Amino acid sequence: MREELLAVIEKNSRMDLKELAVILGVREVDVVNELEAMEKEGIICGYHTLVNWEKTSNEKVTALIEVRVTPQRGQGFDSMAERIYRYPEVRSVYLISGGFDLMVILEGKTLREVSSFVSDKLSTLDRVLSTSTHFILKKYKDHGTIFVQKTEDEREMITP
Amino acid sequence: MRNPLSDQVVALKPSGIRKFFDIVSEMKDAISLGVGEPDFDTPWHIRDEGIYALERGRTFYTSNAGLKELRQEVCNYIKRKQGIEYAWDREVVITVGGSEAIDIGLRAMMNPGDEVIIPQPSYVSYEPCAILAGAKPVILDLKAENEFRLTARELEEAITEKTKVLILPFPNNPTGAIMERKDLEAIAEVIIRHDIYVMSDEIYSELTYKEKHVSIASLPGMRERTILINGFSKAYAMTGWRLGYACGPHAIIEQMIKIHQFAIMCAPTTSQYAAVEALKNGDADVEEMKISYNQRRRFLLNAFQEMGLSCFEPFGAFYVFPCIKEFGMTSEEFANAFLEAEKVAAVPGTAFGDSGEGFLRISYAYSLDTLREAMTRLGRFIAKLRESR
Repeated sequence: MREELLAVIEKNSRMDLKELAVILGVREVDVVNELEAMEKEGIICGYHTLVNWEKTSNEKVTALIEVRVTPQRGQGFDSMAERIYRYPEVRSVYLISGGFDLMVILEGKTLREVSSFVSDKLSTLDRVLSTSTHFILKKYKDHGTIFVQKTEDEREMITP
Repeated sequence: MRNPLSDQVVALKPSGIRKFFDIVSEMKDAISLGVGEPDFDTPWHIRDEGIYALERGRTFYTSNAGLKELRQEVCNYIKRKQGIEYAWDREVVITVGGSEAIDIGLRAMMNPGDEVIIPQPSYVSYEPCAILAGAKPVILDLKAENEFRLTARELEEAITEKTKVLILPFPNNPTGAIMERKDLEAIAEVIIRHDIYVMSDEIYSELTYKEKHVSIASLPGMRERTILINGFSKAYAMTGWRLGYACGPHAIIEQMIKIHQFAIMCAPTTSQYAAVEALKNGDADVEEMKISYNQRRRFLLNAFQEMGLSCFEPFGAFYVFPCIKEFGMTSEEFANAFLEAEKVAAVPGTAFGDSGEGFLRISYAYSLDTLREAMTRLGRFIAKLRESR
């Protein structure tokens, strides 16, 4: 049931426990136990809400920053990544194969805020060799959810 | 002026679902639980192959029987799923939906006066197609106490000297009933003993929630007397692509292709290219959709249980078939009153044959959110009915 449970709550973490139990065909107590177990094991790391900020009056700027760094003896990229992910404005950090090393996703209120983070904090770190910043202009799809089009049921009302 | 119409066609009963459709379509804001098609879009990689086929200018006819590659993939698929081997060049025809396969299959097999046994409740096309093929439809009423499965005894009783074909519509629309191996073995014995043929409509074969679907053609002695019909509509959410197929003994398929080539020429080429992709790389999509359907199926059965509405547990297709006899109304009266009071459309069981009386077909090809709202309304509706009685 673990995989199916994860697949369901990854799309809708607000479904109530009783209904989860019903659709998975198990007892409610099993769902509770499984969720707790997976929280403890670090499989479930949080229950977030997917927000399309573009539709709010809240101004936000998101940037993808490619970072090339010098790995450290004994620690590889991990300690460099940590220096970066400790900043609260950093949303995600990934180690990447290919032309650069770390992909940093950053959220700020304004363009200036993001660029000052890059120039003042990120670029000045000792082992950062170079950065390349890409600002997101429009989000079409995020976390598997399409933002730009509304899906309407266009089927006939009754078909055999 | 002379009457321009064919007496036989005029005498055909219009589909029972049509009447209800007209009522529902006047109510724009109703929630419908009335569709017989998936709510999913065709998986993108399949659509993309269709688009690619158009871009490449593959806009020609295919051979009458269908693209070679598609027929080969159909054979691979049936071998993989059912363990039955068909020769792609002699025993397969690609049709315009499973519906066309039903039509040309019956026309290829029936002589005037031959009888076709049609278990009901079932899909609306079998009876009119049998009549148009010049055959005599013999309706076999399936029973709720058998979970709407066909039993050997019922079949035995329906067979006469003139019986030539049995339609076997499982997993079933509208009941959701399935036939498991043991059920099929029991009827196969009767079929072979009476030397009749089977048209097995397995369009919902991918959607079973108990054991995997078993085709009657895979049982000993049955391959040579079975036309197996399937298609892409339900498994791959491809209803609008209009693509199905029939597999069976060469002698029958050959005659079906003859009708098909004169009436249709070939199935839509774009759809055929998309279908190749579906069969090659679509297993994971089918599995994912099936998991969703199963969740909704459990949700509905639980909702019925909570409101005390009796319903056998269906293990196939995407329909549940609850019983509404306790309210002393016909299916049609109930469906109309429910629509009127709560603006939810569920199809009366009688749209699928007289033996659907006392039942409703509820489709779960809808999101859980839609089903949740509909069940709240159904609960409220039947609570009021019980109060007023």
